[in-house]
Amino acid sequence: MLEIKDLTVEVEGKEIIKDLNLNIERGAVHVLFGPNGCGKTTLLMTILGFPNYKVKKGSITFKGVDITDLPTNERVKLGMGMSFQHPPEIRGVKLGDMVNIARGRKEEKIDENVIELGKRVNISLDFLNRDVNLGFSGGEVKRSEILQMLAQSPEFVLLDEPDSGVDVENIELIGDIINELMDRNKMPSKRGRAGLIITHLGFILRYINADRAHVMLNGRIACTGMLDEVTKHVMEEGFERCVELCGEKGVCGE
Amino acid sequence: MSKKERIEQAEHAKTKKAALGEDVEIEKYTTGTKNYDALNSLDEFPEEYKQNLLDAGIEPSGKERSGSFLQRDRSVVFSKVKYKGLELMSTTDAMAKYDWLEDYLWKAIPVDMDKYTAEVELAQSHGYFIKSEAGSKVTMPVQACLFITSDKVRQNVHNIIIAEENSELHIITGCSVYHAVNSALHLGISEFYVKKGAKITFTMIHNWGGGIEVRPRSAMVIEDDGVFISNFILMTPVKTLQMYPTAYCVGRNARATFQSIVYAHGDTKIDLGSRAQLQGEGSRAEIISRVIATDNAKVVARGDVIGEAANVKGHIECRGLMLSDNAEVDSIPELKATLKELDLSHEAAVGKIAEEEIQYLMARGLSEEEATSVIIRGFLNVNITGLPDALAKETKKMFDMSLEKVM
Ligand SMILES: Nc1ncnc2c1ncn2[C@@H]1O[C@H](COP(=O)(O)OP(=O)(O)OP(=O)(O)O)[C@@H](O)[C@H]1O
Ligand SMILES: [Mg+2]
Repeated sequence: MLEIKDLTVEVEGKEIIKDLNLNIERGAVHVLFGPNGCGKTTLLMTILGFPNYKVKKGSITFKGVDITDLPTNERVKLGMGMSFQHPPEIRGVKLGDMVNIARGRKEEKIDENVIELGKRVNISLDFLNRDVNLGFSGGEVKRSEILQMLAQSPEFVLLDEPDSGVDVENIELIGDIINELMDRNKMPSKRGRAGLIITHLGFILRYINADRAHVMLNGRIACTGMLDEVTKHVMEEGFERCVELCGEKGVCGE
Repeated sequence: MSKKERIEQAEHAKTKKAALGEDVEIEKYTTGTKNYDALNSLDEFPEEYKQNLLDAGIEPSGKERSGSFLQRDRSVVFSKVKYKGLELMSTTDAMAKYDWLEDYLWKAIPVDMDKYTAEVELAQSHGYFIKSEAGSKVTMPVQACLFITSDKVRQNVHNIIIAEENSELHIITGCSVYHAVNSALHLGISEFYVKKGAKITFTMIHNWGGGIEVRPRSAMVIEDDGVFISNFILMTPVKTLQMYPTAYCVGRNARATFQSIVYAHGDTKIDLGSRAQLQGEGSRAEIISRVIATDNAKVVARGDVIGEAANVKGHIECRGLMLSDNAEVDSIPELKATLKELDLSHEAAVGKIAEEEIQYLMARGLSEEEATSVIIRGFLNVNITGLPDALAKETKKMFDMSLEKVM
């Protein structure tokens, strides 16, 4: 569904991603690990096509369409969505408005449908009426992002640290919704959606059943493998060691 | 002060330039305009002008309004009130009817403040008088429109608004100009008196054109527990506009709120401020402004709170958004305290639309233009508090409508 070939990306004149390759099939969910600053968010921003992230080399293909030069909203129309690690505040634009925008209804009121969606992630009407991200706590930001994904319901979901700062009760809730967003509740043959999740904690992986995991180091995918194997290495022995354990080819446990 | 004294003082100030704003050559505009006959109903007002009224928030049917006042150029053509407890008439009629009104004239604003106040005293063309009786609470708004239909006209109005003790008075006022008018001058004196426990809300829409010069002079005297709320909306171009309404919170716990929403485009030059003088113990003021400047517009946004009594509280919030490199916004908040037991603060920020915000919205499916428009709307969207529900909705509608036209 998503195919990234030899991708090199520059941000503010600095090369952040180098010759990166990644394939995510329809129906699959991949996890991306990696130390702070290795380029995970940069990769997601590039997949979504933000103008500051300059593709110097390589290509991104989505559902068979070369999207390397497509504006962000065209990519969204094709079926991509992203929950942000650090979304900006927008004064005077309510979370409820964002939900409507994500649903593709620009001028609408915060109606029953929006309120119902809010309830699913423990977000009240009062909260829907607040300016988006303005004064939101860390965990509230994450729930607000998941709510917007729920409203948008994209075929391919990019989640940048959906679990950071979320309390134990809400993490289970968010996990359930992510499963739903990525068709994990369906039989493998019926899964039409796919996704890529960045996480540091791995905690969320107790609730989400992903397929594969990658470790990113210095802007490259350093190793790849079955989720459990990679997670175990990363959590127990660290990123570098995981890469060593996976060996020359960078493929773990296969 | 006798009439003679007033005129003397005005004569002295005839050439006195205003402290702020470009100097207007008053003589370029004429007082010799046609007089218009009174109408039996607002409906009789010529069709061609009705859109201009609507654009300024004036409902030509008079529906959902407790009273209506319409002044065309220098003639009052309609004035009628539907509700008990309210009075509405031209200031000239009111002066003839009530001797006591002398006590309110030029009490909040000095007649010799500048050449514009002097000019209105010396060559006044009506204006409105609105009064709510003690204890009366009419939540339906009175509408008052000052309309310019002739080229080169000099409209010199003097408005007096009095809310007697424990009364509530809501006003929508629209200043508008017929689109065929190339140049005109509007001078408007407005003196507000909010008595003990009373409340006035004043929602003002200015709907000018690129050739109009505007110099309002407004002040409010607010007594114990009185509340004054002003909402000012300006979305059309104007040649020059300078105003600095001042609220004197003289009573204990008197409260003043000013909210101004300005979308300045074309060659518009605006110098717009709000000032509150907190003289009563525990009095409070809030000054909020949102200014968007595009094209070649130049805007000075001022705010000034002066704390002179114990336990007063004041806050200024000035935000400016720049949409063009040729536009200019100066944000000038000022605070002055003469005691220690008080709390005054301000925030000011001027900037362009953050790229990040546009991208966030594009990530939810909007095009760049749509995203920009959502951000602009959001920026101008200040929560209007203190209005009765119906009026708040109506104000929101007027705001949306004016915004629709510029976007
Ligand atoms: N606009 C920018 N200007 C300069 N450097 C940038 C910019 N954006 C990202 N970078 C740099 O690129 C590198 C990768 O950043 P990125 O946000 O992709 O890291 P990350 O892997 O998501 O880290 P974290 O786990 O902390 O979220 C970092 O060194 C970061 O400082
Ligand atoms: Mg990151």
